[in-house]
Amino acid sequence: MGFPDRIERTVALAHPPDKVWAALTTAEGLGAWFGNEATIDLRPGGAARMRWTDGTTVEIRVERVEQPTVFGFTWQLHELPEDDPRRTYVEFTLEPAGAGTRLTVIETGFAQLPEDLYRKGYDGHTQGWATELGELAGYLDAA
Amino acid sequence: MPPDIEAIAEQVFTALADPTRRAILATLAAAGPATATDLAGCLPVTRQAIAKHLALLAEAGLVTAEPGERRRVRYRPRPAPMQVAQQFLAALARDWDGPLEALKDHLDWSA
Repeated sequence: MGFPDRIERTVALAHPPDKVWAALTTAEGLGAWFGNEATIDLRPGGAARMRWTDGTTVEIRVERVEQPTVFGFTWQLHELPEDDPRRTYVEFTLEPAGAGTRLTVIETGFAQLPEDLYRKGYDGHTQGWATELGELAGYLDAA
Repeated sequence: MPPDIEAIAEQVFTALADPTRRAILATLAAAGPATATDLAGCLPVTRQAIAKHLALLAEAGLVTAEPGERRRVRYRPRPAPMQVAQQFLAALARDWDGPLEALKDHLDWSA
């Protein structure tokens, strides 16, 4: 498969899950290692936002909160237009490993095909105009 | 994964691998729909060569021919396949190694 849909990384951390959990799920933690500033409403459906000093921001929707083992969220691919509905899903899994933590991050959804979007793109636009012009023609005929 | 997503991305990258086709797409993106004749007027390529590239681009779904008389057919850029290719690039551009290193450092420093 030449089109990667899923990215997976595992790291061994020399700190217990509770500490890693705090770094992943609190505004203080996220703002320290991931973004430069963060806010988070830690509950499924809650919103989070990260901001970097270069001005970029990312909006996050919290999806899974199972303290201290699973934290999942979706976010937008910033390469896509802002109104694009597709999002990738990121899931952190924390497993105790000795005195530390085995942390796995999996991000999926890079290969979603926007089937409808793909068709909609230009076709929807022409169809829209065809309908509008048809209505105009009908209106003029009736007059 | 839908079977044609990779084919779509491949067509985009094939189209973009050629400098003339890149110039055609860049011109259409910047200045809007144009005929092969219009494009030949602003690019250092013959109308025949432009027409050939436009046919390939239309087949890949990267431009759409607006109905019109021959020679007056205008080509409009079509962004949908680009968005598919962008997803491929997004996966390549996603960096988890950097942030995970930073997480490690953060935990060690705040220990």
